[in-house]
Amino acid sequence: MSRRRRTTGDRPPWALVPLAAVALAFVAVPFVALIQRVPWSALPELLREPVVTDALRLSLVSAFSATGLSLLFGVPLAWMLARTDVPGRGFLRGLVVLPMVLPPVVGGAALLFAFGRFGLLGGPLFDATGILLPFSFSGVVFANTFVAMPFLIVTVEAGLRAADRRYEEAAATLGAGRWTVFRRITVPMAAPSIIAGAVLCWARALGEFGATITFAGNLQGRTQTMPLAIFLDLESGGADRESAIALSLILVAVSLAVLIPLRDRWLAA
Amino acid sequence: MRRGWSRSLLAVLAGMLVLAAACGGDDDKSDTSGNAGATETTASGVDGSITVFAAASLTDAFGDIKEAFEKENPGAEVTFNFAGSSALKEQILQGAPADVFASANQSNMDPVKDAGKASDDKVFVTNKLEIGVPKGNPGKVTGLDAFGIDNLRIGLCAEDVPCGEFGREALENAGVTPKPDTEEADVRALLTKVQSGDLDAGLVYTTDVLAGGDQVQGIEIPADQNVIAKYPIAALSGSKESATADAFVAFVLSPDGQKLLEKRGFTPAA
Repeated sequence: MSRRRRTTGDRPPWALVPLAAVALAFVAVPFVALIQRVPWSALPELLREPVVTDALRLSLVSAFSATGLSLLFGVPLAWMLARTDVPGRGFLRGLVVLPMVLPPVVGGAALLFAFGRFGLLGGPLFDATGILLPFSFSGVVFANTFVAMPFLIVTVEAGLRAADRRYEEAAATLGAGRWTVFRRITVPMAAPSIIAGAVLCWARALGEFGATITFAGNLQGRTQTMPLAIFLDLESGGADRESAIALSLILVAVSLAVLIPLRDRWLAA
Repeated sequence: MRRGWSRSLLAVLAGMLVLAAACGGDDDKSDTSGNAGATETTASGVDGSITVFAAASLTDAFGDIKEAFEKENPGAEVTFNFAGSSALKEQILQGAPADVFASANQSNMDPVKDAGKASDDKVFVTNKLEIGVPKGNPGKVTGLDAFGIDNLRIGLCAEDVPCGEFGREALENAGVTPKPDTEEADVRALLTKVQSGDLDAGLVYTTDVLAGGDQVQGIEIPADQNVIAKYPIAALSGSKESATADAFVAFVLSPDGQKLLEKRGFTPAA
């Protein structure tokens, strides 16, 4: 890490120091408190329990799937919002970030009204194919994508708007088609924001709780992700509370393992 | 350098503590003055505000009770925290500021008593399970055997929640191995998914079927398979408004309170 240290660092205005310390303490103290409660001796055993391994697997697969879907559909939408003059762009931008401010439980209920058995789209889908999203793993991915994709879109859109467009114009004058420009110039130039957005999106999806339990329900091995398992264990108390704390530690460790290297590489710039 | 950092951190934390203490003090003061005002205007009855932790299945019935109780005691104010009884028990044991606890089963009341947070509890109503199905019964459910059928979408409460515990007991009585599609955190979450039609059936309480209105139909469970849930209530010993808490419990047990509970489908037990 030290190899990337650029300067000796600025000396902060003194007033910033205590405020920054409050922010740091505010984030750090709860984690310290959590770690202090971890039943270390029971940890190896807990890690082998099917409830834990199932939840961890579902969490990881669903978070990566949601990130993949968000990249596939979110990057094009971010490009549209950043580069075109679609009518009502301001409104569309607001709409896109709505899941960020909406309580996730409301998002889950909205998904149920849209894709549930008698939902706007879910009804016809079920009648035609017999496919039902709630209570299925696809439902978990849907809920995760719904809640997490805005983080990707907002980040990528900001990156695209900040990018220097002269390179794209130069490429176009040299005869590159629009698709080639997008593929060869726009995407590589926006790569840092795309990766940063994907990381934020993944992190949000991994922690998703409200929309998932509301839309996809809770069943071990099918829809019970880590946050759901933690919530239910925490609620019932007793020995389950210990496993909830252990699960939380695992979730924290997994997130850190992914976030720290990426943050260093892409978000610190 | 490092020492400097930790010192300012300490100073800031100390400052936050002082601030928190000051705010707490303010709260107390305004609280007592509010009470004093209320005492002057109230001719009879208790006053002060209490927080009642109650099982999710009591949501509607306790809403009615609050209204009647506050009418009878104009100085009193009742606030609720509705959730699965196991979650409430856990919150109380962790020191949540509750004045009254009404649980949907005894096994969540006992730890609260064991911890010295309540001394005396009374069963105030009973409730029984019923199969809730969406309007029109699309899954053509007729009894508990539906819960073992693979291609029906069925839901139970999570195992640690009372309705989940009783539900599994009833299924065992009926000799059915359940194949749930979801295990919900509390009975109202389960009811919501039956109401929306996303589940073909959910094992809920009689009172929930009533609360579900037109969108939910109930299918009764034969008495030899069904489980009777006994709801205990207790005023908590840590309460700052113990007179009001006691009065609330007494009201729930009174004929007036019992009548309100009965209206919502509970069986009076006091």
